Amino acid sequence: MMTKPSRYSAFSLLRHGIGHSGWPRAWRSHPLKPSYDVVIIGGGVHGLAAAYYLAVNHGIRDVAVLDKSYLGSGGSGRNTAILRSNYLTPEGVRFYDRSMRLYRHLASDLNFNVMFSRRGHLTLAHNDGSLRTMRWRAEVNKLQGVDSEVIGPGEIKKLVPHLDTSAGARYPILGALYHPPGGIIRHDAVVWGYARAADANGVHLHQDTEVTGIETRDGRVTGVRTTRGDISTPAVLNCTAGWSTLISDMAGVDLPVTTSPLQAAVTEPVRPFLDAVVVSGTLHVYVSQTDRGELVFGASVDPFTSYSMRGSLEFAEGLAGHVLELMPALSRMRLLRQWAGLCDMTPDFSPIMGPTPVDGFYVDVGWGTYGFKAGPVSGEAMADCIAHQRPPEIISAFGLDRFTEGRLVGEKGAAAVGH
Amino acid sequence: MIQLPCPWCGPRNASEFAHRGEVVPRPDVATASITEWRRYLYFRRNALGWVTETWYHAAGCRRFFTVERNTQTNEARLAPRPEPEPAPRSEDAR
Ligand SMILES: Cc1cc2nc3c(=O)[nH]c(=O)nc-3n(C[C@H](O)[C@H](O)[C@H](O)COP(=O)(O)OP(=O)(O)OC[C@H]3O[C@@H](n4cnc5c(N)ncnc54)[C@H](O)[C@@H]3O)c2cc1C
Ligand SMILES: [Zn+2]
Repeated sequence: MMTKPSRYSAFSLLRHGIGHSGWPRAWRSHPLKPSYDVVIIGGGVHGLAAAYYLAVNHGIRDVAVLDKSYLGSGGSGRNTAILRSNYLTPEGVRFYDRSMRLYRHLASDLNFNVMFSRRGHLTLAHNDGSLRTMRWRAEVNKLQGVDSEVIGPGEIKKLVPHLDTSAGARYPILGALYHPPGGIIRHDAVVWGYARAADANGVHLHQDTEVTGIETRDGRVTGVRTTRGDISTPAVLNCTAGWSTLISDMAGVDLPVTTSPLQAAVTEPVRPFLDAVVVSGTLHVYVSQTDRGELVFGASVDPFTSYSMRGSLEFAEGLAGHVLELMPALSRMRLLRQWAGLCDMTPDFSPIMGPTPVDGFYVDVGWGTYGFKAGPVSGEAMADCIAHQRPPEIISAFGLDRFTEGRLVGEKGAAAVGH
Repeated sequence: MIQLPCPWCGPRNASEFAHRGEVVPRPDVATASITEWRRYLYFRRNALGWVTETWYHAAGCRRFFTVERNTQTNEARLAPRPEPEPAPRSEDAR
């Protein structure tokens, strides 16, 4: 077993930076133990954050995180890293805003630079219907203390000079929902930061460890089967996003979830010219510029369910056409690459968190196209839920039973295109 | 682009179709409980591999049809036609 990695500091940066030698590994590997207090399936931001908060907030350190591939190989390493809390329902706004607050001091909590850049988030309205939904969102947001307002084309042009705000555009811009605290983050850094901090607090991270079965007895979880051996445990948390119904099937729990691919693309880097994140629901496209200068583009999910992560030409074509509607000056930019990730879509565009009919089997799923920003808050809440065996207030609206009890939390108007 | 075999138009690009999702048996509206009805509305198998689903040929013949598609590879083939309903026996046909 390797020794515990040391903390990063200005001094350690200097020491290892000169000559780039002796960088310690960020986390250790361990043999798989035959039993753990808690087994978390899925090594994305959700699974890793839950493990970290179990150890740090509740002193539950006998925890394993299992991933069939490498950490961050799912949506957590494939998303476009947009953070915001300007949702539509009061439950949603409160929940996502807690995550934004945790993200603000995450770098110092984790001793890892996560590069959170709060640069403003604009959702454009091209018709009266969207403008109405935005006014509604702005009011709900303000009531929850979230900075959010509707602005007109003049102000939009000042924030993003490259946008075509002329009345002659094919889809004229009538206004926008402006959310100053929104921004982007380095998604890999968040995953690695949680992994490193969880490891430092005693959590075992097991990569290349695929769960192949879940054992239950008398309606209770007793263990999981993996490609590296069996583990007995009284608590299992399903954090497998696009694969979550396959895991829940193993425990005999049905979910209202379907899996669809979501694609994104990135251009060659250019000088900084775009501060804000710009989203257009009508044109099914959004764009932001990374700290390195690349433009990152995304869209809505592919038009049918699938577990295939192949990118498609029709996505790149459609995307380019819509981006040029918004910013004609980008016509000479070249795409560097495109990719896809799997999204676990729910009927109301809200997540599913909490216990299930099988005792000890918890879910943290239904993250659709919008779950990266929720990593910290759902990790914190699911750790609390497992430690106290009941869901905390902040996630009480998001239980699995809402679908059979008819208490949906409709966020489609705030989450279908802008993730 | 993947292609789908429309039983009336032949193979066409997927962009001509609208995906209506996996075939889910519809409970009897008159007798289903509210919980059964909600399960029918929201819960899906979401299987990995071959699934049976409904597509709509929106930019073609505008008819619904059933396809078998592999959700891992997106390979699609026409589903066997359902068995015709047995003819009602004379005493049922009142
Ligand atoms: C292109 C794209 C853009 C996006 N943009 C945004 C955005 O801007 N903002 C935002 O908030 N969200 C965004 N999202 C959504 C976000 O990425 C996801 O909701 C989030 O990353 C889900 O995290 P997770 O930890 O729950 O799951 P994942 O990161 O998907 O992790 C699930 C893990 O489970 C593992 N696994 C699966 N099956 C098994 C098994 N049998 N045994 C063991 N391990 C298994 C997988 O290998 C995977 O690593 C985007 C998604 C995509 C694809
Ligand atoms: Zn047809």
